[in-house]
Amino acid sequence: MQNDPLTIAGRVFTSRLWVGTGKYKDFAETKKAIEASGADVVTVAVRRVNITDRSKENLLDYLDPKKYIILPNTAGCYNVEDALRYARLGRAAGVSDLIKLEVLGDERTLFPDTAGLIEAAKILVKEGFIVLPYTNDDPIVAQKLVDVGCPAIMPLAAPIGSGLGIRNPYNLKIIMEMVNVPIIVDAGVGTASDAAFAMELGADAVLMNTAIAGAKDPIAMAEAMKYAVYAGRLAYKAGRIPRKLYATASSPIEGML
Amino acid sequence: MAEAIQIHVNGDPRDVRADATVGDLLRELAIKKERVAVELNLEILDRKEFDQRSLKQGDRVEILSFIGGGAPLDVYGRGRGFVHAE
Repeated sequence: MQNDPLTIAGRVFTSRLWVGTGKYKDFAETKKAIEASGADVVTVAVRRVNITDRSKENLLDYLDPKKYIILPNTAGCYNVEDALRYARLGRAAGVSDLIKLEVLGDERTLFPDTAGLIEAAKILVKEGFIVLPYTNDDPIVAQKLVDVGCPAIMPLAAPIGSGLGIRNPYNLKIIMEMVNVPIIVDAGVGTASDAAFAMELGADAVLMNTAIAGAKDPIAMAEAMKYAVYAGRLAYKAGRIPRKLYATASSPIEGML
Repeated sequence: MAEAIQIHVNGDPRDVRADATVGDLLRELAIKKERVAVELNLEILDRKEFDQRSLKQGDRVEILSFIGGGAPLDVYGRGRGFVHAE
């Protein structure tokens, strides 16, 4: 992770593990888990402020926007219009043009509506947003998102929160080879080996929430994910050996009795 | 004392002074303007406009900010809802 930054649209990210901030027990746990993960990008949702109970604490009391890159999302939006509205509100509430764009197509799977996603991405790019789209593991859709101006693509590994891991490594690999922007594998990771696998495939980063927040010990899992992403990245850069059906001896025959 | 008008804030009716601005409303609610987005009748306001935009009878104001997210469960308020395999 040291001296191996990720650059998207001219912005430099030091961590290749990005994390969501949902589903934690409380803000103290959120803060500790994010610190343990080493992530410098955190995703947040945009929702109504509770005006009847102002004693409620604010997430930003725990996550210093000077220390973390706050990435608002359009989670919960099922059509283009809503996604645009939430993206614009996210920009107005924050300080940057970064948006994690979600246009969902189905409540049960939370799979993206890729037609709506491309349409919304095109409009937001024109409005000056840096659009990071949450998409399916479809290489053609990924290319179309790049064509409308997305500077990175966030394909899912498996349905959000499912913990099923990398269900279609071949499609992810094709996306990585086909598009010339960073690929951030988003959603579906269940445990550390899934994150390492995504990075070994050549992903530029991994974004997760449930795998950490839903673990029995979220803080320990956050740390495990930090090392998994690091190990996977190192292994990818080191270049794995080819798979072979039969053994190849590691010790020389020469000098044997 | 100025006459009161009724507006809607995040869906709920609320009385405010007739000459109140969006900035006045946020101060009354003890909300830090740096952390919120405000929509006035579906128009997203620039923070710099908060003190210039006056409220009118029947206005609909939405005040939003960042919450924990990146996962859909809290979006629907269903809680954590995990089952750990033993």
